[in-house]
Formats: sequence, C-alpha cells, structure tokens
Amino acid sequence: MKLILKIWRQKDAKSSGKFVTYNLDNISPNCSFLEMLDILNEQLISQDKDPVVFDHDCREGICGMCSLYINGRPHGPDDAVTACQLHMRKFRDGDTIIIEPWRAKPFPVIKDLMVDRTAFDKIIQEGGYISVNTGGAAEASSILVSKKNAELAMDAAACIGCGACVAACKNASAMLFVSAKVSQFALLPQGQLEAKERVKKMVKKMDELGFGNCTNTYACEAECPKLISRSNIARMNREFFCAKVS
Amino acid sequence: MSLLGIFLMIFLVVHLGINLCLLRSDGGAWFNAAAHFMGTNYIVKVFEVILFGGFILHILIGTILQIQNWMSRPVRYKVTNKTYTPFLSKYMIYTGIIILIFLLIHFMNFYFIRLGWVSNPNITAEGEPDFYLIAQELFVQPAYSLLYIILIIILGFHLNHAFQSAWQTLGVNHPQYNGFIRWFGTIYAILIPLGFIFIPLYFLLIR
Ligand code: FES
Repeated sequence: MKLILKIWRQKDAKSSGKFVTYNLDNISPNCSFLEMLDILNEQLISQDKDPVVFDHDCREGICGMCSLYINGRPHGPDDAVTACQLHMRKFRDGDTIIIEPWRAKPFPVIKDLMVDRTAFDKIIQEGGYISVNTGGAAEASSILVSKKNAELAMDAAACIGCGACVAACKNASAMLFVSAKVSQFALLPQGQLEAKERVKKMVKKMDELGFGNCTNTYACEAECPKLISRSNIARMNREFFCAKVS
Repeated sequence: MSLLGIFLMIFLVVHLGINLCLLRSDGGAWFNAAAHFMGTNYIVKVFEVILFGGFILHILIGTILQIQNWMSRPVRYKVTNKTYTPFLSKYMIYTGIIILIFLLIHFMNFYFIRLGWVSNPNITAEGEPDFYLIAQELFVQPAYSLLYIILIIILGFHLNHAFQSAWQTLGVNHPQYNGFIRWFGTIYAILIPLGFIFIPLYFLLIR
C-alpha cells in the first residue's frame, strides 16, 4: 500500500506544533497501525531525522497507552479496538491519513503524538482506598455478589483508561472514564463503605482538572475500545446525587 | 439543567393548551379569557416568577457550561470529529440560541404589550389588550407565520435531544425504560411543535 501521512509534530510541550506530510510505500495491509508508524520511524532514523513520538506499550489492546486520533476518530476507523489493534487493511491504497494527538486541556501534548494523561491518575488517586480486613485471606465466596452486579462491575472494570472518551467528546468530558471507575466499586459490596466519599471526590477532581461537562452526545460510548456503556454515566449521576443529598 | 428543562417542557404543554384556544371560532373569547386569567390570577403570578427564574437559570447555566466546554479543548482538531452521534445532540447550544431569539420576538409581540412597554391598538371592550386580535394580525402575515413555523421546528429539534438527555443526567437509565423514554421524547418533540404550527396554518389557510 501507498500512504500519505499527515502527522502532528511538536518538539515539546512549550513549542507550537504543525502537521508534517510523509509518503510511505510498500506497506502490507496486514500491518498494524503502530507497525506502520514503526516503519516510518525506521526510515526517519535512517535519514537521521527525529522519529515520531507516540505512546504504546502492550500492543494487544489491554494497557490503554496507545492514543492516536486518526482521521477524525480516536483509535481510527474501526469500532471497539485500540489503535494498536487497528490494521492497515481498514484503509485503502493511496489514502491520506491524518494523525493527531488527543486534544483536551487536561491532556497537554508532551511531544508529537504523546500526551500527558496524569489527570486520569489524579482522579483515580482521589477515589482513595477500599477498606478490607488484613490477616489471612478470607474465603472468597463469603461475600455474596449477585451475578448481574458482578457482570456489570466487570464490564465497568474493563475500562483501560486510554482517554478515547475524552478525545471523542466535543466537550472533552471525562464522564465515561470516571463513571466506569465509580461503577466498578459502586456495584460491589466491598466498595460500599467509602462509596459516597469516593464519587464526590472523584467528580470534584474531574471538574477541577478542567474536563468539560457531559451533554449526552454519547460520542464516548461510540469510540470506547472496551465498549463501556453510558449507563455507567447515569449510575454515577445517581450515586453522586444520593451522596450529595444524604 | 435537566430539572429546569423538564420543568420548561411541562410549561410548554400548558402554553400549547392555551394557544389551542385560538382555534375556537368564538372571536377570541376563550383565548382572551385565558390570557386574562394568566395575567391577573395571583397563583399564576407566583408561577410566572418561578417560570422566568426557570428560563433564566436554564439559559444562564447552559451558557456557563458551554463556555467551560469550549475551554476544555483549547487546541482544536484539524479533522473535526467523525464519531457517530445522534445528529441533533451536538447543536443544543445553537438551537438554544435560536430559541432565545424566538423568545425575545415573542416577548415583543405579547408579553411586553401586557406590561405596556410596547404600544398596541388592539383593545378589548374591557380595555385590555386583545391578544386574540394581536395573534391573528401576526399569523395572517405569511412571512411571520413562516418564521414562526421554522422557529418552532428548531424548538422541536432542541426538545428531541433534551428529553432523553434530561433523564440520563438524572440517572434514569435502565434497559427496561430507555426505549420508552426515547419514544416518548420523540413523540413529545413532534406533537408539541405540530400543535404550535397548526395555529398559524389555521389562520393562514383554513380561516
Ligand atoms: S498499546 Fe496497549 S492498548 Fe494499545
């Protein structure tokens, strides 16, 4: 495949960036998107040029590090996959591909396509701990959890914190991420003790960090590689409301 | 935002009820009686203050949230978002602004007359403004009616997203009820505007 890439290049957080065009040839349609970028970087290095910086780690869709906004969609044109699981066969020969970093005030660009997502860690930290008894490990099934809630909590816990929801949202809102993190505990008995404090603190932190407000366009849900449902947002709203009034 | 929105949606039903009195060929007796009641009754007066408060808060909070939302993405994307979302959900602020303009025109034509801020030659026998005649005078002008109809359709767009969005914000999201909420919201967003639109059409075409 022949490709024209327009990639956002930015030297560091302080400099202003610009799009740079690269032509790539001989790309296999079976190549993953990140492998395609690797090939580009090999070429740039051999030409003594600065390679394109982008985040990645597991390359199997479980760590949430890869974060590319490809042709107007976080993680590119495929549904329910991360950029590392996206393959070049989803594009056509001769396509122009525009690659941008996540854009949101709380996600400043570090270099090129890499953004600082510490904001998410701060929200998680704000959620605090859950109380457990120390000592010998208790029999796991001594705490009863309904099958339905166990499933819903697991679905919420599938969030890998990649930030595609923020990147997709026209308001750069982090509601889907925060609601998944709130839900995974709110649904389980182990999370009850600190539930009210947790939701209040996490929402407060989210607002403080400068994420936008949810206007229910559901772009987050549509782009989430882990298919986190917007029903989590409604659950968080309920939890938040109850915590506020009680 | 959501509670205020639901409150305003209930008000719209009352407003439509009164407007439909215009359709009676009684020379405006019902409509003017309703207008008189709304203008003089003390309970309505209290409600009116709450209603204005509701409108102002809805507009104010909506604007503040929107400005925050714009500020959350200081550097825009080159390729604007291609994610599939319900079409009207992204344009609430714009449909909202258009509705606000409509509201101002509406106030010029009706509410300010009652306050005596705008002069008005149409007076009933009791010396009150004859809102039936005022409405009739406006609606027989095709240009005014057309503008009115377009603005009401935009209101319908706003309502269609607003209804289900309000419930989601309030935390009402359950597979058992989501379908109903969506369905009810769409029916509401079609029927209410249709009711309002029928009135100028009646004055223009039928009478
Ligand atoms: S690199 Fe780990 S999810 Fe993409």
